[in-house]
Amino acid sequence: MMRVSTDVFVVGAGGAGMYAAISAARAGADVILSDKSLISRGGATIMAQMTVASAVGHEEPDHWTHHLADTIEAGHGLCNEELSAILCEESVDRILEMDEWKVGWARVDGRMTQVHAPGHGLKRCVYVDYLNTGPAVARALRGEVAQRDGIRRASGLAVLEIVVQDGEAIGAVAVDVESGETVLVEAGAVVLAAGGLTKLYKRNSASINMGGESYAMALRAGAELIDMEFVQFFPIGHLAPRMVGMDPIMWDPFRYKVGGKLLNGEFEEFIHNYGATDGGTYTARRDLASYAIYKEVEEGRGSPHGGVWLSFEHIAEDVMKEKFGPMIKRLAKNGIDLQKQAVEVSPIAHYHMGGIRVNTEMETRVPGLFAAGEAVGGANGATRLSGNAIPEAFVFGERAGKFGAAYAKNRKRVSIDDQTASSVLSEPKAQLKKGAEPDGSATALMAELQELMWDKVGLFRTSEKLEQALERIREMQNDDLRNITIPDDEPFNQALLDWYELRAGLLCAESVTLAAINRKESRGAHQREDITDASPDLEINQTVELDGSDIITGWAEVPRISFALEEKQAAEI
Amino acid sequence: MSGNLKTTLKVYRGAEGEEPHYDQFDVPHEEGASVLDALVWVRENEDASLAFRYACVSANACKECMVLVDGKVNYACTARLSAGAVTVEPLANKTLIRDLVTDIVPPKERLGSAEEN
Repeated sequence: MMRVSTDVFVVGAGGAGMYAAISAARAGADVILSDKSLISRGGATIMAQMTVASAVGHEEPDHWTHHLADTIEAGHGLCNEELSAILCEESVDRILEMDEWKVGWARVDGRMTQVHAPGHGLKRCVYVDYLNTGPAVARALRGEVAQRDGIRRASGLAVLEIVVQDGEAIGAVAVDVESGETVLVEAGAVVLAAGGLTKLYKRNSASINMGGESYAMALRAGAELIDMEFVQFFPIGHLAPRMVGMDPIMWDPFRYKVGGKLLNGEFEEFIHNYGATDGGTYTARRDLASYAIYKEVEEGRGSPHGGVWLSFEHIAEDVMKEKFGPMIKRLAKNGIDLQKQAVEVSPIAHYHMGGIRVNTEMETRVPGLFAAGEAVGGANGATRLSGNAIPEAFVFGERAGKFGAAYAKNRKRVSIDDQTASSVLSEPKAQLKKGAEPDGSATALMAELQELMWDKVGLFRTSEKLEQALERIREMQNDDLRNITIPDDEPFNQALLDWYELRAGLLCAESVTLAAINRKESRGAHQREDITDASPDLEINQTVELDGSDIITGWAEVPRISFALEEKQAAEI
Repeated sequence: MSGNLKTTLKVYRGAEGEEPHYDQFDVPHEEGASVLDALVWVRENEDASLAFRYACVSANACKECMVLVDGKVNYACTARLSAGAVTVEPLANKTLIRDLVTDIVPPKERLGSAEEN
């Protein structure tokens, strides 16, 4: 067993975690930055294709209050407006800071290029060419992390449990993935920045480590979650033909730059039949586009693999080459020529609006426990604007690191006893049913859970489907989870980690399903086929907490602010 | 996975210091599938203890899934799974951890290592 001690312990090293580490170090704290995978390579950040929303006013005059108004409108009445305002205002600072850190935002004549993404009132989204925002952001932050002496990096450290003593977070129990050694981390403050839960859906654009472990660890530590019923489905995830080495959300940047047309199985445009416009533009909101595609398929007008067509055939070859450069070659390697063929697309689980409930200092109700990035719930309400996820990672990461450092400064470190560690590590064995030889696999059960969530708790929900899902999820918790074989003492024991992931995934799946059952209306990303209208009475947030092993849900007023739209200004450069 | 086409996947097994062996799995073959798809299929359907490293799931962004495919260095997520037989082995020039996992973590990112700052 290894013991380490630090002021601030950051769980997850994507955009939010790396920013938190940098910010805490800048405030004078010692930091351990950990990731179950490798620093900067796991998580969602590196998968980002393009848009980063920020009212920097380079492309056209803008002001962050207008970004806030657009964010609140997309949130369908449920945005925690205090968090949304922080997100929009500080996005400007963070995007300029990233620019100093040489992320390489696309520019023309010194001014950052900004594109118009769906739901925004103007050209607001900066990016890095070509479809390289995520890798560029990851590289820039990795470099900043490496330069700071106060940050110790821990790749391949899987955090299993936050340790709470006398109501306060005092550190975590973790395991070194490669060696299997237990690692006890004693910390003045803990920042959960290990992303969302979209991996729990069969079709998803998540990395493997996004099965909801941030949420489950927060719940078990005594924190609350909020808005768990709101899972965002990205409407035009790649469906066919099969590609390798490409992100399924890659068509988004293509649509930003050249439009393209969405066509049903009869090669006719259809978005206009659902109250929006398409016709070569890319302005229809994500929830509406997903609904339109779902309905076309349901009514027998889908493409061969059960989606719709996305076509760029009408766009001139030289335009495509100029806008997408090396991507055209990568597509050719996959046998795709956009000049000659359309591709098939359909919705895919992409982002979680819900998450850990925090105050404006990113602190949960458990003193010493902070959250950042997608792990945080509330800033995006019932649906998230395109381009708000990366700023959320930066802004909330920077704050969690800063406030975490301040908190850690004023308290004594507490020692974690060996007993606590061994009880966490022995859980898979302790839960086994007596007298029976276990023969299940957490890996196989996770695949089943992904099917279940996709079919029953997905894009369009009914009371019946949700109740069926809940029954099976609880059965898996009470029965299947207690019947799993795990090899002992192996290096890189993925089967052991899968057990903890499955337990976390089931807790999250139960939270999402219960919250979806309770929300008897359709709003934003939560669409019920049996109750299709929004209810004015339900313009409230839903909370989730644990009482023993039982999930308790509740309702809470939406935090509102009053603000005036300030005059839009062009940045002077 | 459609049709009855199969690929015989031959995979290196064993940890550092152990006598290695190869396991064979009959994996469904779908047009256009990757070697990573096949490895994931094995973990979900045949043997959850198979160790390999990946994070971003077929986007070729994380760059963690590098292995030897039929003796050549390649990313499992971009190497197409050919019909017939495919052999997957760990990188030869890195220290073996177990199965297909090798030591690719930079020393400065290893908690408690001598190089750690």
